[in-house]
Amino acid sequence: MKTTIIERIEDKLYQNRYLVDTGRPHITVRPHLSPSPSLLALTKICPAKCYELNEIGQVAIVSDGCLECGTCRVLCEASGDIKWNYPRGGFGVLFKFG
Amino acid sequence: MTQSKFDAIVVGAGMSGNAAAYSMARRGLKVLQLERGEHSGSKNVQGAILYADMLEAIIPNFRDDAPLERHLVEQRFWLMDDSSHTGVHYRSGDFNELKPNRYTIIRAQFDKWFSHKVREAGGTVLCETTATRLAWDLSGKVIGVHTDREGGVILADVVVLAEGVNGLLGTRAGLRDMPKSENVALAVKEMHFMPEDVIAERFGLSGSEGCVIEAGGTISRGMAGLGFLYTNKESISVGIGCLVSGLAEGMENPYRLLDAFKQHPSIRPLLAGSEIKEYAAHLIPEGGFKAIPQLFGNGWVVVGDAAQLNNAVHREGSNLAMTSGLMAGEAIFQVKSRGGLMTKRNLSLYKGILDKSFVMKDLIKHKDLPSLLHTDSHNFFMTYPTLISQAAQNFVRVDGAPKINREKATAASFIKARSRWGLISDAVRSAASWR
Ligand SMILES: Cc1cc2nc3c(=O)[nH]c(=O)nc-3n(C[C@H](O)[C@H](O)[C@H](O)COP(=O)(O)OP(=O)(O)OC[C@H]3O[C@@H](n4cnc5c(N)ncnc54)[C@H](O)[C@@H]3O)c2cc1C
Ligand code: SF4
Repeated sequence: MKTTIIERIEDKLYQNRYLVDTGRPHITVRPHLSPSPSLLALTKICPAKCYELNEIGQVAIVSDGCLECGTCRVLCEASGDIKWNYPRGGFGVLFKFG
Repeated sequence: MTQSKFDAIVVGAGMSGNAAAYSMARRGLKVLQLERGEHSGSKNVQGAILYADMLEAIIPNFRDDAPLERHLVEQRFWLMDDSSHTGVHYRSGDFNELKPNRYTIIRAQFDKWFSHKVREAGGTVLCETTATRLAWDLSGKVIGVHTDREGGVILADVVVLAEGVNGLLGTRAGLRDMPKSENVALAVKEMHFMPEDVIAERFGLSGSEGCVIEAGGTISRGMAGLGFLYTNKESISVGIGCLVSGLAEGMENPYRLLDAFKQHPSIRPLLAGSEIKEYAAHLIPEGGFKAIPQLFGNGWVVVGDAAQLNNAVHREGSNLAMTSGLMAGEAIFQVKSRGGLMTKRNLSLYKGILDKSFVMKDLIKHKDLPSLLHTDSHNFFMTYPTLISQAAQNFVRVDGAPKINREKATAASFIKARSRWGLISDAVRSAASWR
């Protein structure tokens, strides 16, 4: 029989070291009425689950757990759905092993 | 920061940036290297296999003090369906040589070491500093960079863009396009710790011997992707990468894919009892030769992943990055020592050197493979792995049915799934892209 242990993303991110630049999110989502398909995809494919649908069906970001992979940038920067920057030098995720 | 002018500014202290900065500093050029991480390596993610020859060309005696994990004596390729794997294993005592050919490494530690070598060679390394944009003169030549530190532009004759796959500077300045979602894979990775002797026993290793597993098949759910499991001294790096376009189309969740990979009956026993200490994600450039942008211009060159110099077929990236960094450094040194200016024309020397090396030759060899895997991913990552698993099971299982019936069933299942014509065309196209 197959057993599946569902690991929570929060538990994964909890292992990591971060220096959060409080009050200066490095990624922002453009205000929208309904999300584009690519923006919607981020709620599934962001590896840190930074993007979530809010109660009124819009995509919102909390970038504290961001792994700075750039996936959302590749998918959504050109269309203007999001604004993407690296955190200020020294801030953000700090890999111990990488 | 003093406002003096540098011979070269290197943006990024990953594999390519360190190689470039080291090779220039060692030859006496005045080099400034900028790295946004707390220290070099703190933003970087890799599997990671280090190819010794390419590092040896830069630092011949690196084995004396580089942080190396295990030297590889065995490589396994596994084709997986949901409950099985069919494998090719290559193991050789020849790899227990005086100067081993491949090692596993841990990037955060390795990059710190490499960065230390840059400093020893006389380069200035400034960490916790993000370059925010390039600075230009009126003639359209790059003359330096702006950073998120106070103090305005930092000037240099040439800027080496070693900013990695997600480099902002070059794309924002229009020097190259943003990577397309079908040309980059998102890899997620965990570090699983366990005692050295447990790793040795599970993989049949002794001393500092190491083993790596690359796995393809239904684990990527029909998307172009690969899983991997690499043994370090006291840890195992385990991860999976899939094209971003595939993930977006399938609305697939990368850490669920990783969890499923870890739960696969062939993988789970290898990780049992481990303690997870980190979860990371990073992009890998997979577009190959056709995705390589313009590599040089007035006052700038681009190296490594930022230039898409990555061989996804062979899972090589860091060696292409190091080699391109070294060659850019060499070209800049040559131009400088001839008293030349860092013009587009003079810097074309970099591409000239790169074209003659394995970097470009390998990428040209596999130029058609990325698009083949992209357009035909379901067959290569779903249909064939399942069929091959069934074929292997048909071959192995003994239950009183005549062998000839089993073989016919195997052949029929291939034809049913792909048609005769489909099989032939897949084979021809695969062979052609491999040639
Ligand atoms: C999961 C995974 C497994 C891999 N496995 C292997 C493997 O086994 N073997 C192999 O050879 N290759 C492997 N690769 C590929 C390899 O990691 C890359 O090819 C290599 O790291 C590229 O080196 P680079 O110097 O071009 O870029 P990076 O190593 O990514 O370095 C870029 C650097 O630039 C810095 N930077 C970026 N922007 C700025 C800025 N604006 N200001 C200041 N600093 C900046 C970053 O912080 C970073 O340090 C793997 C990659 C991944 C993601
Ligand atoms: S950069 Fe990566 S981890 Fe960060 S929000 Fe975007 S997709 Fe998520």
